[in-house]
Amino acid sequence: MTKITSLADLRRIKSDVEAKMSLRERSETPESMVQIRVAMATCGIASGAKIVMDYMIDELDKRNIPAVVTQTGCMGYCYAEPTIEITRPGHGPIVFGFVDSKKADQIIEKYIKNGELLDGIIPVNYENIEGKK
Amino acid sequence: MKDLSLHILDILQNSVTAGASLIELDINEDPAKDKYSVKFTDNGRGMDAAMVQQVTDPFFTTRTTRKVGLGLPLLKQNAEQSGGWLSIHSTPGKGTEVQAVFGYSHIDRLPAGDIAGTMALTVSSYPAIEFIYTHNTPEGTFIFDTKEIKETLETVPISNPQVIAFMKDLIRENLEAIKAS
Repeated sequence: MTKITSLADLRRIKSDVEAKMSLRERSETPESMVQIRVAMATCGIASGAKIVMDYMIDELDKRNIPAVVTQTGCMGYCYAEPTIEITRPGHGPIVFGFVDSKKADQIIEKYIKNGELLDGIIPVNYENIEGKK
Repeated sequence: MKDLSLHILDILQNSVTAGASLIELDINEDPAKDKYSVKFTDNGRGMDAAMVQQVTDPFFTTRTTRKVGLGLPLLKQNAEQSGGWLSIHSTPGKGTEVQAVFGYSHIDRLPAGDIAGTMALTVSSYPAIEFIYTHNTPEGTFIFDTKEIKETLETVPISNPQVIAFMKDLIRENLEAIKAS
């Protein structure tokens, strides 16, 4: 029988992550990392937001880009789902629409790494779910 | 929604929005009684009786960014088309319980999908909320409790990519061990 992943494995991961953190994240506050929020309401989920979120987490880790990827509610852009909001340190948030894995790859390479804008940006003036009453 | 895990991802958000600090997900597979039940219990702000009546109406939503709310109506439809039902019990100030029951062997019962991924993504997005996920099959029971994970992690954030990958493996392998369908 194969061994099942257990909390003992988590302890190993923990010390591994801590060793890396001392070099990187400890000196950085969450604000100095790229913040990515994936819209995950019914509309987003039905359009494939979960695949995009999985992709972002895996790829940013592989490409060594310190980032926080979280979920958020509907931003009111149901027609353009999946949508993701990206906040680069020191910049305002930008929302991209119709994001699939291919688009996500371009976003990482062009916008997140170099700050180059690309197609598919949803114009400003949007309010996210927390900001809108 | 293509599978159950996407519904779960969706409905868990309702509990998050309701301000819950503890969210429980119980999945119970009972082939003998031909039932597959998915139950969500939270300690969020709850709803009054009038609102409980309205939530399965597609044109009811509490959000302000759009005018429709399809999360619960779609879940209800999928439960009913497999010979099951959706029930909602809620007490204002106490919390809400939503249960979707599917016909286990019904051809229209959605496949379970990637429940491990759903849980990993949700718990990592809301570090302040505790989640307890229990999965019962005739082969056994698996319990995933974020309290345990966070105690082990200490200062390492639960949103760390390696931790997310670990949680996915942990859930996936344990579900396989109890032969979750």
